[in-house]
Order: sequence, then C-alpha cells, then structure tokens
Amino acid sequence: MLEIILFFFIVVAGTGGELCVSRAMKSIGEVHDFSPKSILNFILQSLRLPWMWLGIAMMSLGFFSLLAILSFQEVSFVVPVSALSYAAGAFGAKAFLGERISRNRWVGIAVVCLGVTIVWWSRK
Amino acid sequence: MSHTRRLQLKTVPMIVISIILGPLGNVFLGKAMKGVESFNSARVSDLVAIASEVLRSGYLWLGISCLLGFFIVHMLLLTWADYSYVQPATSLSYLSISVLSYFVLGERISPLRWIGVTVICLGVFLVGRTPPSTTGDTHRA
Repeated sequence: MLEIILFFFIVVAGTGGELCVSRAMKSIGEVHDFSPKSILNFILQSLRLPWMWLGIAMMSLGFFSLLAILSFQEVSFVVPVSALSYAAGAFGAKAFLGERISRNRWVGIAVVCLGVTIVWWSRK
Repeated sequence: MSHTRRLQLKTVPMIVISIILGPLGNVFLGKAMKGVESFNSARVSDLVAIASEVLRSGYLWLGISCLLGFFIVHMLLLTWADYSYVQPATSLSYLSISVLSYFVLGERISPLRWIGVTVICLGVFLVGRTPPSTTGDTHRA
C-alpha cells in the first residue's frame, strides 16, 4: 500500500510540478543565448515567478517520495514505472498549457504506457 | 532554415545531455538509499535517524547535483519546446537507467523488464517524430 501511495505522489505531484515549471518557462520565452551570464539571469528571472515556486514545492514532494521508495525497491523498476506520468502529463499539458497533442503523439504516449505496464509485471 | 528544423537542431543535443544526467542522478540516489533502513518497515520514530543518515551520504549529494544539472537543461528545453514533447523525448533515459542500474548497482534486470523498457523507447521514438512546438512561435527572451 505504501508503494502505491509513494508512486501516486511521484506521478501526480511530480507531473503537476513540471506543468507549473513549464508554465513559468513559457512566460519567460525562448532562450537564445547560452552564455553563463544569460543562464544565470534566466535562473534568477525564473525564481521570481510564483508558478516556479509552486512547481518546485510539488516536485520536492515527488522527489522525497522517490527517495523513500528507492530504499526498498530497485531503481530499474521504480524509474520506468514512474513513466505513468506521461499519460498524466499529456492530459495536464492539454488542459493546463493549451498544447495541441496530435494523434501520433497520443499513440506514442500510449505505447510508453504499455511499456510501463510490462515493467510493472516484472515486479519482484 | 524552417522554424521547426531550427528548433530540432538545438533540442536534440539538450535531450542527449538530459538522458545522461537524469539517470546518473537517480542511480546515485538509489545507491544512497540502499545503504539505509527501508521506509517500508521503518517506524515514524525512525524517520529522523534515517533522514540524518541519508543526508550524510556522499552519493545523495552527487545524485542531487546530477539531477540539478538535469533540471536546468530541462528548464532551458521547456522555454521553446512543448512539455508533451520534452517529457516523452527525455524518457529515452529509461534505457540508460536500466544499463546503469545493471552495471553500477548490480540489479538483475529480467527479460520482461528489458522488453518493457524497449517498448517505452519505441513510444519515445513515435513521440519524437511529432513537431516540438504546437502552440505557435515562442517569444524572444
């Protein structure tokens, strides 16, 4: 049961956090200059955005859940199963970020989920 | 050069960096957590002792450093590419994490798990054939 709860936090909080960070990044806009000064400015600029902090908080919850589950499960099992976030991410990106997800992309995401299911069957 | 082609030229190298840094970070975290008492059998009163033990592990900080590097690369990617493109594309890391888990952590990976990981990578390939951005031109920083 603890395993299911931890996976829930990894998938839902982790994906929710990434969506918040993605929303913050889109408000900054495309980065063209990769010099250290520009990257530092980009990081400082992102830290001024509330969406960024909400994202960091949710991703932290997902991260601590990952640490907890790694204490009793294999890395090669936990990380692939956490790919369940692909389905959550696609729905979230469509609803929350207004991204248009083509049929081909949905097919790819469905195949990723099939792979996750197979990995789950290999659970020891 | 078309907008989509230009985006792909800088997106691919960044994805390669992220599929190395992310799994390396997770493998180091796994190594750190294997050295402590399992959360599955731990009592609430043990959590402080476990947390302080974990925080003293060099592997934890090495893992966090790799994941921080991964996070910055990921953030840069998200300034121009769709989340629903970046997330599946970086999932090629599932192949590298299986290889690293086998060689670094000595985990036995069953044929079924290899098949699952391969299917995930096939899904990634299908997603990678779609355009990186579907929400129109990105804005200049």
